[in-house]
Amino acid sequence: MSSLTLDAEALYIDLLAGVRSLLQPNSVLVGIWSGGAWLAERLQRDLQRPGVHGVISSTLHRDDFGSRGLAAGADATRLPFDVSGKHVVLIDDVLYTGRTVRAVINELYDFGRPASVTLAVLVDRGGRELPIQPAYSAARITLPREQRLSLARSDSGAFSFNIKGA
Amino acid sequence: MLDRRNPQLNAHGELVHLLSTEGLPRAVMLHILDTAGTFLSVNDREVKKVPLLRGKSVFNLFFENSTRTRTTFEIAAKRLSADVLNLDIARSSTAKGETLLDTVANLSAMHVDMFVVRHSESGAPYLIAQHCAPHVHVVNAGDGRHAHPTQGLLDMYTIRHYKQDFGNLTVAVVGDLVHSRVARSDIHALKALGVPEVRAVGPKTLVPGDMAAMGVRVCHDMAEGIRDADVIIMLRLQNERMSGGMLPSADEFHKSYGLTPEKLALARPDAIVMHPGPINRGIEIDSAVADGRQSVILPQVTFGIAVRMAVMSIIAGNPA
Repeated sequence: MSSLTLDAEALYIDLLAGVRSLLQPNSVLVGIWSGGAWLAERLQRDLQRPGVHGVISSTLHRDDFGSRGLAAGADATRLPFDVSGKHVVLIDDVLYTGRTVRAVINELYDFGRPASVTLAVLVDRGGRELPIQPAYSAARITLPREQRLSLARSDSGAFSFNIKGA
Repeated sequence: MLDRRNPQLNAHGELVHLLSTEGLPRAVMLHILDTAGTFLSVNDREVKKVPLLRGKSVFNLFFENSTRTRTTFEIAAKRLSADVLNLDIARSSTAKGETLLDTVANLSAMHVDMFVVRHSESGAPYLIAQHCAPHVHVVNAGDGRHAHPTQGLLDMYTIRHYKQDFGNLTVAVVGDLVHSRVARSDIHALKALGVPEVRAVGPKTLVPGDMAAMGVRVCHDMAEGIRDADVIIMLRLQNERMSGGMLPSADEFHKSYGLTPEKLALARPDAIVMHPGPINRGIEIDSAVADGRQSVILPQVTFGIAVRMAVMSIIAGNPA
């Protein structure tokens, strides 16, 4: 699949069906800041889930803190429910090395002990450096290392992909 | 200045030591305040600890006593997962005649990553920052009359928390400014963050002469000084640092400059009252005010931990 044909809105429809199939009675949606949080917000609405979705940030558990320092940003974890005993469905836009997901799982456990943690993503671009696999991905693509792929959201809420370093 | 470049910043303009709020870029200050906001929420977690300084050693070097500041630095470092050593320097090596730099060299040989320094001599943390190994970071926890930058920043955090915006505030700093490193750190930060009116309020003997040059309005009359203020920062009357003739008596000071409910009524109705602690009840502040509705003295202490976590984690992540 060429990067030029990545239609974020079409993939979102697939993600919606994929996440629906993962839900259990005690599930909660938690989006990984920032692209995953936008997706979780819309999934929460489209799946007519009660309450508010969670947002989780990898900042405090990143493994590149020593070399990159603490970035300025508004990303903070907001979990408006007790995670203990819940089936947590993590949502992200792009899955790549798996390092962000590792950090986010550590962050999640600082709040309690979930019953299970699964991962659903819009795009899996391969290149994993950790044994992490999504339960659902709407697309699988291969991109050169130097390219950065991320989700963008327009003022009207429509999703598209940004590709940098092409 | 010991260095032509700001000694707190690396070549990329990133914070590597926190020595003073003077000359600290506004963007760096706002980054610290924003990061502190993130750390404040760590208190709400089941695990009140994050691993950013895991495997790092923080040495608290207190050449001058301070229980509160040392404790909040210790808590902040521990919540960041650092190993913390408290060195009661005043009673050990220095008493045996070791020089400051020898003490620092010896501690560096024990693989320290960060020094938190309090010293009665202004400039001691600068000296340590200039002479320690490149990977070692220094935080000034108060030096002489010069600076107490984490207190200044936690005061800014407190003001922003209650007033949201610095852009149209009137802030009165009241009392013993001449002995106060807190006052200096506050004033530099308030000016950098764009507070339009900063007032220095106190008797002539306790307000330093350079205040007007710092862009501060000097008021020797308490009523004039706190009228319509949004924020009142009371300072501790540092009796132990007073030399003869600076002050008639503590009672006299209380009469003229002590914050009573009557005087507080001159400020805006939603004004907040701050104090770096420890407070002298009945001298610079009445109990009715210190424990009153407008007092934010205890929230300052809570915010102080988050601000110190922010400072330590930011400097630890930036290379020299």
